[in-house]
Amino acid sequence: MPGEFRLPALGADMDEGTIVEWHVGPGSRVKRGDVVAVVETDKGAIDVEIFEDGVVREIVVQPGTRVPVGTVLALLETEGSPPAAATAAAGRGEGRTPSPAPVGEDAGGVREVSLAPPPASLRARVSPAARKRARELGVDAESLRGSGPAGAVTLEDVEAAGKVESGGMRAAIAAAMSRSKREIPHYYLSLAVDVTAVTDWLAAHNASVPVTRRLLFAALLVKALALTCRQTPGFSGFHRDGRFEESAAVHVGVAVALRGGGLVAPAITDTADKPLEVLMEEFRALVARARAGRLRASELAAPTIILTSLGEGSVDAVFPIIQPPQVAIVGAGAIGARPWVVDGAVVPRQVLTLSLGADHRVTDGRLGAQFLARLAQRLVDPGSL
Amino acid sequence: MSDTVRMTYREAVKQAIREALQADPRVFLMGEDVGKYGGCFAVTKGLLDEFGEERIRDTPLSESAFVGAGIGAALGGMRPIVEIMTVNFSLLALDQIVNNAATLCHMSGGQFPVPMVIRMATGAGRQLAAQHSHSLEAWYAHVPGLRVVEPATIDDARGMLPAALACPDPVIVFEPISLYNMEGELTAAASDVKLDGARVHRSGRDVTLVTWGASLWRCVAAAEQLAADGIEAEIVDLRSLRPLDDATVLASLGRTKRVVIVDEGWRSGSLAAEIAMRIVEQGFYDLDAPIARVCSEEVPIPYPRHLEEAALPGPARIVAAVRGLFSDAR
Repeated sequence: MPGEFRLPALGADMDEGTIVEWHVGPGSRVKRGDVVAVVETDKGAIDVEIFEDGVVREIVVQPGTRVPVGTVLALLETEGSPPAAATAAAGRGEGRTPSPAPVGEDAGGVREVSLAPPPASLRARVSPAARKRARELGVDAESLRGSGPAGAVTLEDVEAAGKVESGGMRAAIAAAMSRSKREIPHYYLSLAVDVTAVTDWLAAHNASVPVTRRLLFAALLVKALALTCRQTPGFSGFHRDGRFEESAAVHVGVAVALRGGGLVAPAITDTADKPLEVLMEEFRALVARARAGRLRASELAAPTIILTSLGEGSVDAVFPIIQPPQVAIVGAGAIGARPWVVDGAVVPRQVLTLSLGADHRVTDGRLGAQFLARLAQRLVDPGSL
Repeated sequence: MSDTVRMTYREAVKQAIREALQADPRVFLMGEDVGKYGGCFAVTKGLLDEFGEERIRDTPLSESAFVGAGIGAALGGMRPIVEIMTVNFSLLALDQIVNNAATLCHMSGGQFPVPMVIRMATGAGRQLAAQHSHSLEAWYAHVPGLRVVEPATIDDARGMLPAALACPDPVIVFEPISLYNMEGELTAAASDVKLDGARVHRSGRDVTLVTWGASLWRCVAAAEQLAADGIEAEIVDLRSLRPLDDATVLASLGRTKRVVIVDEGWRSGSLAAEIAMRIVEQGFYDLDAPIARVCSEEVPIPYPRHLEEAALPGPARIVAAVRGLFSDAR
């Protein structure tokens, strides 16, 4: 068997995706981690990486085709795989390759409605009006099931698809969150933390470095969270097939609100091991790419725990919902001046409320409380990050 | 309703001719059997008694000669109305119409316009057999220098003739044989009829039926059947076949996204083909389905009634063509 490159699930509730473009062709040498294709999903266009080294033998699924997760997209020659005849059945154009029909003869046989399909090699049947509208709506008309004569995709089909696609992200969030609330017994904890020392440290640090190297509070939070996860098992990992598996590496996902509505939570991989400057750089790039709809598959699938921060907003605390199959999610409210008791006196301090939503199948409140307390301890000691 | 008068298409044409004769002494009528016999379709009955032999002139059975005489009269300052019995017979005068009437103004640098009107009956539906029943409008609509119109309504039958007489170019007026007996309301609008421009006869959102002449009423019947199924057809009556009013057709396509052209002519090399091509050239991206055509079967129009009906683009065939543009579910 040659190696098969299949469409990976680029999110918990992704069922199918559309190949937008290939970065490789037959004969291309690829190694694990190379971005080989761009796939359109509910979360936007995503760069998909390949998982093994080898040479591309055949592109099976052509751009513009919508296929289910798990479909063989390309065949590879991998080390140890004997060159074999291509085995995968091409899925391209399935269901819309019109079968040739006899064309009416002249001299009496000509009918007004000549809907004899064109030769099978022609492109998908999409009406000109539908194609034009599809471009305007950003809909892939050729992937739609046509309702017109002989299965042609019509204007109506495109407009219906446009409505669905613009609601695609919402549908994806709805599916994931419904599943979460249905399956995961959440418990919630919150802890108000005096972060004055952190904000002071941050102000001093940022004053001493060039603008491009300035840090955001979020970078500290991400790092502190990753280190806490490493210290306290039970929160970073996946609950699958009835059991929890702690993830060896901690990949903190960062919830990013998108301008057009909706949100995604791509991961900063190996968060615990990266210096603050690197985290900051990756964080900026991640947000930018998320908003541009150009995330990598691994970034979306990778998070072992998510941080959702509404720091720029005005809410005190977040009661976050876990994204399955993860088992915990940490929320951060807005940092603001609050009356705080220090040494018996009420003084104004910068206060942040941290919250934890965790899976009761995996941990209990006591461990959750310890987790939050450790996170707070790390946060107030930015020098240790 | 006091503004409308009920009459036949035949009566509307006759009134138009009578009024033209009354209004302008330069106008006269000439053709086979237009005088004593009253016209082979009885359009000019009584006009000989009213206007005399000078102005209602019976001619020999020589289309080339009397059309040529009409061209000469027009060049000489008259406003002739020349009647040719049917479009089939007009082929005998094709040389005069195409080589002289259509060209003289152009070849003389505008010095010699030919302001004549040639009326001829066209089409099938009256069991007059192949020599009297064809629809050859497309051949005339091909020729620069001619204006070609085909009134399909009582108002146009009444109003297009004066508009044609006012036009400095030779105008061919096609009168569908099958419409002479049609009754309808003559409205006040008949006094202000334009020679060119298409008209939306019926509004609808789902499909545009482009047609003219007798087929207008086949489309109306088809539209009523389609409406019962929830498909609203918009009908564009072209009225003028040269020049063609592309804008009205394209505007309608912009609303409906689908077009069926209904043409009593034969499909090969038809006006329907020309119209379809113009739609493709200018409205391609508005099309949500292939352009369909319903034309006469490619046979000489048969004499027996059932075969004649089968050869024509009747409502059932129009309905089928329209349905073919929608999914099976509609």
